[in-house]
Amino acid sequence: MREFARLYAELDETTSTTRKLDALQSYFSKAAPENAAWAVYFLAGGKPRQAVPTKLLRQYAIEYAELDEWLFDESYHAVGDMAETIAHILPPPSQRSDVGLAEWMEQRIGPLRGADPGTIREALYAAWDELDWRERFLFVKLIGGGFRVGVSRLLVTRALAAIAAVDSKLIAQRLMGWTDNSVRPTATSFLQLIAAQSDEEHKLRGGQPYPFFLAHQLQGDPAALGEVDDWQVEWKYDGIRAQLVRRGGQNFLWSRGEDLITERFPELANVHIPEGTVLDGEVLIWQPGCPAPAPFADLQKRIGRKTLGPKILGELPAVLCCYDLLEFGGVDLRALPQHERRALMETEVAAIDLPQLRLSPVIQADSWDALATLREESRERGVEGMMLKARSAQYGVGRTKDVGTWWKWKVDPYTIDAVLIYAQAGSGRRASLYTDYTFAVWDGEGEERKLVPFAKAYSGLTDAEIAQVDNAVRKTTIEKFGPVRSVKPTMVFEIGFEGIALSTRHKAGIAVRFPRILRRRQDKPVDEADTLDTLKGLLAAASP
Amino acid sequence: MGDMVVVRREGLYCVPGDFYIDPWRPVDRAVITHAHGDHARYGHGHYLSAASSVGVLKSRLGADIHIDGIEYGDTVTHNGVAISLHPAGHVLGSAQIRMECGGEVWVASGDYKVEPDKTCAPFEPVRCDTFITESTFGLPIYRWEPEAQVIEEMNAWWRKNADEGRCSVVFAYSFGKAQRILSRLDPSIGPIVCHGAVEPLNRVYRASGVDLPATLMVSEIDKAALRRAIVIAPPSSSGSPWMKRFGDYSDSFASGWMLLRGARRRRGVDRGFVLSDHADWPGLMSAIKATEAEKVIVTHGSIPTMVRWLCQNGLDAKGFDTEYGDEEEDEASPPAGAAANKETASSGEPPSGEPDA
Repeated sequence: MREFARLYAELDETTSTTRKLDALQSYFSKAAPENAAWAVYFLAGGKPRQAVPTKLLRQYAIEYAELDEWLFDESYHAVGDMAETIAHILPPPSQRSDVGLAEWMEQRIGPLRGADPGTIREALYAAWDELDWRERFLFVKLIGGGFRVGVSRLLVTRALAAIAAVDSKLIAQRLMGWTDNSVRPTATSFLQLIAAQSDEEHKLRGGQPYPFFLAHQLQGDPAALGEVDDWQVEWKYDGIRAQLVRRGGQNFLWSRGEDLITERFPELANVHIPEGTVLDGEVLIWQPGCPAPAPFADLQKRIGRKTLGPKILGELPAVLCCYDLLEFGGVDLRALPQHERRALMETEVAAIDLPQLRLSPVIQADSWDALATLREESRERGVEGMMLKARSAQYGVGRTKDVGTWWKWKVDPYTIDAVLIYAQAGSGRRASLYTDYTFAVWDGEGEERKLVPFAKAYSGLTDAEIAQVDNAVRKTTIEKFGPVRSVKPTMVFEIGFEGIALSTRHKAGIAVRFPRILRRRQDKPVDEADTLDTLKGLLAAASP
Repeated sequence: MGDMVVVRREGLYCVPGDFYIDPWRPVDRAVITHAHGDHARYGHGHYLSAASSVGVLKSRLGADIHIDGIEYGDTVTHNGVAISLHPAGHVLGSAQIRMECGGEVWVASGDYKVEPDKTCAPFEPVRCDTFITESTFGLPIYRWEPEAQVIEEMNAWWRKNADEGRCSVVFAYSFGKAQRILSRLDPSIGPIVCHGAVEPLNRVYRASGVDLPATLMVSEIDKAALRRAIVIAPPSSSGSPWMKRFGDYSDSFASGWMLLRGARRRRGVDRGFVLSDHADWPGLMSAIKATEAEKVIVTHGSIPTMVRWLCQNGLDAKGFDTEYGDEEEDEASPPAGAAANKETASSGEPPSGEPDA
């Protein structure tokens, strides 16, 4: 734990990529493989299930520190992070230990899930009494399932590639599926991860997907990309990006976040496709016979369910809208040009001939202008815009451009002018600054006119603007409820969002997708902010 | 008898003694706890301070101020109030002010730090009936590690940078913090350079007999030698053109606020060293206890939190609103919005005037 805590501190303290890389390499070259395996898991974004509920962590920290709840809460508001609050609030340890990360995870933290409160309390007290504050911070993060660190997966991949002296693309490939919670990181798996390249790579792959090839946002005029004929154009769907892998007689459905989601989508888990096939596409809810897929909100209803009865499977049928073929007959096709992969995929999907596997159609147009006109139909078609894929592009690793490029050419977001009515302090870098806002629009007429909240947004302002808004929030506070302040309506913001749907969970009866702040409208008085009717109008226009 | 000390528009006022403690508006008689700008202001008729504070006060407020210095522990009587000053362990010459009148004793702490260091007389608990305490770090999350350990880490960081041929820059308050750091730096690692705002205070410390290693001004060192150097500069020099000469430097900030990741990241430095000239939570609690005071008055910092906690623990506690803690040169104000300031400064717009602690 001590080594990992030191690594964490080094990664957390510097913004320099070189220094982060140095720290990672130095850690991986020294750490015992069983500990390094867990470190890879966490650094690559692994999220273990929470071993101890936050409520218990908090309660026992308060008891251990001999403080009152209110004083703990005051401290928490100043810190903005539960693990960090606990790390600092406890008295110093009476002894020091140096137990490896693997032992912590497997023997000390793992068994706490579902344990009785007495056992948990005893384990927490013992751990707190042998860890310094840096280690306690990590310990609570690991236990609470909230570990995050300012290092990209790409950087971890590079560090491992340097240690292993193999190509970082190979490491990226081997890392696929590492963070899935169905496999436990072990010394063996770490040694395989950094082993020299072997002829057995494919066999070792098991049910793992390929690293996803990610698109870049297109800014400006697509005509700058050259001839329209050099591009394969498709609609950009708003679903879950996924790879459907068939190996060893079994299907594996992987989300872009590398979660194995096979069980959530039985219609895809059971679809019979040839051995040694990997399809890349978008999981969508799509009613048979419908011209457009259902909005993302419907997909969310599926994701949120613990059990999937026949009713919901019937009402919200999932499909994989296929747009790429990465493996066929057990052969990796990623180095083939886009148009060849496309041709093979069309043949194969047609041969499979099942309603759960749809083809993402190629949009035909003879000019960029014609495409631009078609793109205007995006909202009615239930898509976010278009994808432009170089016909010659190989299937790259991550958000790269070295072997060809995918562009996303999205339609402009919806915009609405809304009023800030609640503010909450952020966490992490934004702790003790009011950075998380709730926005409202007007509803009703005359005396009855009131502001109804419809969206929360966190991002979109610069640090300087945040400081201004923070200041204004403090000056216009009406009431405080814990960390939240209600404020006098004085500030109008232009809010952008991608989608809009009916919702029974939101006060306004409407839910918007990816809301963010586009700019502050200092020119606009609060009275002239938009109304709920404006939102309802957008909803009506969006419904196909 | 009413309260011996009350808050007036001008500052903390000793009623029977008819004098002020660290007043923020000009008054006739001021007793000064220490020479940080928010406690020692211009324009008072008469100043009284610890003898070891007189040098700094004169250098900051002008040699012509009317000032008396008394040794720690000595007593002067003014309008029937016996005044004595006792070390506060905050900076050179910092003092708690003990006032005795009619058998009742009040002590005003000013700013204080409980852990002893090499640059000033260590904090001395003074028994009293009423204790006026600061509360800058008045939350139980604030617990300091020993100074020796923190500055050892700083030495290690400096050594690593020097070995990699990179200059190390430490942002630290010019008066107090800078000298504490200097007193423990390891000069065998490389040259020590001080900003023009720091060096005059080094001279005052040395003149008072504090042992500090040799320091250079930036004009006295050639560029090649800077690559092994450590530079001590005030926080306000961050982002200024003065920094350009240090090339690819690594920077750090030494302050109690650096305990929290959020504050450290807003600051945007490579390293945060948790080093404070104020008492941490256990320090505040032990200091209050050691006074044996039954009444406690809390000033600048976490007033409501401390008052509530002390009342719960059986003390008669209340708060005083003061105007301390708004100075850039001391860490008395939390660093909210610091990064935003930095950004504004570098884009050439006027600074927003927020504290840069």
